[in-house]
Amino acid sequence: MQNIKEYQLIIIGGGPAGLAAAVSAAKNGLNDILIVERDKYLGGILNQCIHNGFGLHYFKEELTGPEYSKRFIDLLADTSVEVALDTMALNLENSEDWRYVHVMSSSDGYRILRSKAVILAMGCRERTRMNIQIPGTRAAGIFNAGQAQLYVNLEGYMVGKKVIILGSGDVGLIMARRLTLEGAEVVACVEVMPYPGGLNRNIVQCLQDFDIPLYLSHTITDIKGRNRVEQVTVQEVDQNGKPIAGTEIYYDVDTVLLSVGLIPENELSREAGVTLDPRTSGPIVYENKETLARGIFACGNVLHVHDLVDFVTEEAESAGHAAACFVRDGGCVTEDANIISLKTDSNIGYTVPQQIRIDDVEKAVRVFFRVRKIFKEPSRIVFRDQSNSEIASFKRPFMFPAEMENVNLPRQLLENISGTELTVSVEG
Amino acid sequence: MFDVIIIGAGVIGCATAYELSQFDLNVLLLDKENDVSLGASRANTAIVHGGYDPDPATLMGKYNVKGAKRCIELVDTLDIEFKKSGSLIVALDENDLKTLDKYYNRGLINGVEGMEMLDGEETRRREPNLSKEVIGALWIPESGIINPWEFTIAMAEVAVREGVKLELNQKVVDIEKNSDHYLVKTETDQFQTKYVINAAGVYSDQIHNMVAEPAFKIKPTRGQYFLLDRSAGETVKAVIFPCPTELTKGILVSPTVHENILVGPDAEGISDPEDTSTTREVLDLVAKEARRSVPSLDFRHNIRNYSGIRANSDYNDFFIKISAPNFLDLAAIKSPGLTCAPIIAEEGIKLLAEEGLELNKKDSWDGTRKIVRFKEIPKEERADFIEKNPDYGRIICRCEHITEGEIVAAIRRGLPIHSLDAIKRRAGSGLGRCQGGFCGPRVQEIIARETGISPLDILLNKTGSYILVGQTKNADKEA
Repeated sequence: MQNIKEYQLIIIGGGPAGLAAAVSAAKNGLNDILIVERDKYLGGILNQCIHNGFGLHYFKEELTGPEYSKRFIDLLADTSVEVALDTMALNLENSEDWRYVHVMSSSDGYRILRSKAVILAMGCRERTRMNIQIPGTRAAGIFNAGQAQLYVNLEGYMVGKKVIILGSGDVGLIMARRLTLEGAEVVACVEVMPYPGGLNRNIVQCLQDFDIPLYLSHTITDIKGRNRVEQVTVQEVDQNGKPIAGTEIYYDVDTVLLSVGLIPENELSREAGVTLDPRTSGPIVYENKETLARGIFACGNVLHVHDLVDFVTEEAESAGHAAACFVRDGGCVTEDANIISLKTDSNIGYTVPQQIRIDDVEKAVRVFFRVRKIFKEPSRIVFRDQSNSEIASFKRPFMFPAEMENVNLPRQLLENISGTELTVSVEG
Repeated sequence: MFDVIIIGAGVIGCATAYELSQFDLNVLLLDKENDVSLGASRANTAIVHGGYDPDPATLMGKYNVKGAKRCIELVDTLDIEFKKSGSLIVALDENDLKTLDKYYNRGLINGVEGMEMLDGEETRRREPNLSKEVIGALWIPESGIINPWEFTIAMAEVAVREGVKLELNQKVVDIEKNSDHYLVKTETDQFQTKYVINAAGVYSDQIHNMVAEPAFKIKPTRGQYFLLDRSAGETVKAVIFPCPTELTKGILVSPTVHENILVGPDAEGISDPEDTSTTREVLDLVAKEARRSVPSLDFRHNIRNYSGIRANSDYNDFFIKISAPNFLDLAAIKSPGLTCAPIIAEEGIKLLAEEGLELNKKDSWDGTRKIVRFKEIPKEERADFIEKNPDYGRIICRCEHITEGEIVAAIRRGLPIHSLDAIKRRAGSGLGRCQGGFCGPRVQEIIARETGISPLDILLNKTGSYILVGQTKNADKEA
């Protein structure tokens, strides 16, 4: 067995999360960091996101995906961060003192590395047609939106001439516009929920501006075509998502694009014994993005699916900072810290973090969450403790499931709660 | 002039080609599709059956146990994914217990070894996820799960390497009997041969009828399946068969060689033998029936639905006969056809020998195949292996950890490659939870590089399943 190479910190994934985490960890004093990236380039999914709209929050200007990632790749150049490209992390093992990462590449072969801390930044994958069980034939011409985006934007190939899009996730909306500009006919975008899955600005700029109809509460119930897609059946669905007989619309198309959700890629995390939250499909984390497995941190879409890269960056910076603290001081807080668990009512899908170690909170902790339905009227996000006392509340004029919300909980409010749980709810 | 033409490159045709390749013969294997193993051999339940089920008076009953033994030998010889998982036929009521008795007795006549009757408690001890309703089971140890398309492809690869000629995209439209030979006509070509073997699966009655009076009729029967990701956790260790009911033959729940869970199939007579679509109604029924034996099945872990078409017929057995001079039918092969394939091939060749086919063994014949599966290389040997074979250091399929080396090796093993699915069937890329979403474009690149086919012409699967329709407006400038 070869020598095991050591690092202070190994970051798995060189997309926006991994890049910002690396820059932050370096800024916070680590000088022995490795990024493991399976692709031949840094930047992750941003490389194929050639549209603009990135960076409005973080940089206060509008950038394309590659421009956004280049900002961080440039910052990385001024650090001592090492990058292993075209390299796959195959296994992650956790022990008391070290995290072991098995990595492999053509150039460097199979290596076992270890580090004091690991940041998970593997991103997510697209939910497939098979995951949502659309029956019909298994013809060619059924693409995940991100896969079609790769073909069109990075490889220079067109995937179809007459296209229907299932799901109104942002990638699907962006591709509706992109394929139209490339000369394809996008006949409709169909969304099973009664509200859009993507950002409002994308509904306007990618569908409405091109006269592409959006059918809410509709889904594809059959796909025909022996070898290439020839026809799809679209049906309206009832409140339970069941297709309503008699509402069939038939579209003669050669291509179906799916934008039906993203799934954090946590196979490595699961193997390392990281506890996952079934609501996010990502790890359960504390306020500093440390998972319940000591020394393993998570950020970006592997933690929960984001709609804006700007928030990925912020989250990754916080994870990078925390990992640096952990490496330097063996963790920011004592083992028996006061821990508050965040619970949600039925209107809220999840929170990140799920747990807060009060002693670790400097001034405030930022809590991200998504609502599960549309709130058109002004409403309040309320935090209550176990004696049902209102600890904090935040006003919102409206809220949409497609747009991630966040609030800042000041430390002083957390110090005086009764019990060890806070429940987050939406109240009128 | 060929000595033998085999029509159909499914498991029966390929097993026959494999057996014939050891003799000094000029053999041609024809198939209407762009790859071997594209009919029932691709989409089925992937089981090497124990032999408790078929009627002892039939060839199915006579061949099954021998076939299973031969399959278990061949998986070593040909390096095929296989697991001797055993099978459990479970009883949910008193009627089912009677069925188990019937199977046990049939099994004894058919020569099934090691059978065991279990009570409900013992059954659940072995398979904790089985329903509380299970009151007993029949345990069949000498059975297992196989990669059926790999089995078929492996036999074709060895046959071709050992001299059998393979012609794809050749649909046979007519067979003409001349004085001392047959003329086999396809849509584009014609081939002369002394002997013809009909291994045409769901089309075997049509091929038969080209040279002989109708003797049987194929009744294509579709079965639909779920494939659940291994993230579902270990659900069952053995193949779980329920007893047949009046409504269904029983939906089984089985592990696969890739550690996923397979659930299905139903049995639905259909008129179009190419209609492998799935339907909401049947999938819902399959899920509901499967939960009778394994209530905890979670179909949210689904990574693929598919259906396969079986060559059921109005003839209650395999149709294995010399139906015209020098014309052999290996027809109407239904379950347990996969298990019996090696024996069907051997028995068929004996019948041809009786017709005068001379079987002289070649001086040298290598019937073995060995392939590299990166996942199976022990961790401590991987560094050395990749140093010598750098292609095996690059993962292409993230979900299944399939390397570039395995994909390149599959392309170079000798059968023509036209599609991403051809690589999926040979190397296993794209079989996992993302279903080729990530690796598809990269596999396409590797096929293009290795074969010289333009990426635009690389298909998803069969002829006509094109993936790309052209270049983008600025593709030239960008390149």
